[in-house]
Amino acid sequence: MTMPRCLRMGAALRRLGVVLLVLVAVPAFAQEAPDALVKRVAQEALSIIKTDPKVQAGDQTHIGDLIEAKIAPHFDMDRMTALAAGRAYRQATPEQKKRLADEFKSLLIRTYSNALNQYRDQTLQYEPLRADPNATEVTVRTQVMRPGQTPVSIDYNMEKTPSGWKAYDVIVAGVSLVTNYRDEFTQQVREGGIDGLIKALAAKNAGTAAVK
Amino acid sequence: MLLRAAMLCVGASLVSGCAMGPAREDPFEPVNRVSYKVHQAVDGTIIKPIAQAYADYTPQPVRLAVRNFFGNIDDMFSVVNDLLQGKGDKAGNDLGRVITNTGFGVLGLIDIAGSAGIPKGNEDFGQTFGFWGIPQGPYLFIPVLGPTTVRDGSGTVIRAYASPVNLIDDIATRAALWSLNFVDLRASALQAENLLNQAALDPYTFIRRSYLQRREYLVYDGKPPPPKEDEE
Repeated sequence: MTMPRCLRMGAALRRLGVVLLVLVAVPAFAQEAPDALVKRVAQEALSIIKTDPKVQAGDQTHIGDLIEAKIAPHFDMDRMTALAAGRAYRQATPEQKKRLADEFKSLLIRTYSNALNQYRDQTLQYEPLRADPNATEVTVRTQVMRPGQTPVSIDYNMEKTPSGWKAYDVIVAGVSLVTNYRDEFTQQVREGGIDGLIKALAAKNAGTAAVK
Repeated sequence: MLLRAAMLCVGASLVSGCAMGPAREDPFEPVNRVSYKVHQAVDGTIIKPIAQAYADYTPQPVRLAVRNFFGNIDDMFSVVNDLLQGKGDKAGNDLGRVITNTGFGVLGLIDIAGSAGIPKGNEDFGQTFGFWGIPQGPYLFIPVLGPTTVRDGSGTVIRAYASPVNLIDDIATRAALWSLNFVDLRASALQAENLLNQAALDPYTFIRRSYLQRREYLVYDGKPPPPKEDEE
């Protein structure tokens, strides 16, 4: 009638095991703080830049692939595209939205890989995040230190999403990428509509690809 | 016709508050675009090759000394502008930099203060005018000199007149120093230019927005009022 002692022990241990598993797993599922995320991703990128021979040789395709895998997932491309394209984006079809976001993404990846390649010898400094723990939008501030010159600030505007914190704008030395592209996009849309904008981005991407 | 268009624009901006539209900031855009083309031609054939050669063939320590020398002059103007804006702490820092670097850093060739961790201020007359509430005025693109605004350009002119380089009597030395200053500045923009060409659909627009954003950021010492989220 009563369970053998050793079996009861086994059940208790199993239960303990489940509890332990939950304890370990929960923090892993909890969201990484935005400043910790920026620091981790940037350090990872920097260590790749400093050790990967293909990156050091300036292989832009390889660098682009790495960014696509390691950095791009931490950006909310749809929101960036929506902010940059404004009203034109809201009026676009889902298919146009997707093509626009894709072209914009590859342009940003090319530009970013070029930038990383140029600034590989600089060191980064991370400023402590001063934000309400319940905030859903924060700005993470970093500085690129350059010998003999004033540091360049790189700030990331980030939002909380179900799949972790994501950046939707990068502000370099006070210059917001999204704001810059908003002017450019407005101009292209005025000249050729949303399809004209997509075409211009595609041509730009193809052009820079051909030059490299 | 033109008047009516202007009135329409004023009316529209009163209603929608679209004060930041490119048309308002850059009323001379057609002229500026021609200036930009002229600039591209002159820069591409003469200035950029010189700057590139300077960057490629001058040893890094020499370029750093040149940068420090002119940076020290920048610091002197930072002190003046810190004071004009009533920023006592920054003025103290920048004055400390000038004294240290001029005295112990061989007329500013070595940035001793920087190595000692005294932060470099970055104030100029354009920022002071902005701090005083003077609007930036129309955007201008000047061939060879690049992007500016009426406000910032006025600051640059004052600065050029007041520069200690003008205290040098020998005209050849003076001209050499101004040229070196210019080449050093141009060379320092080479990397940014690469990025610009990669990133921009229309470099003219991209430069304009970058310049205006950057200046706004500097006027507010890195804490500009947040841009209006989303558009009109």
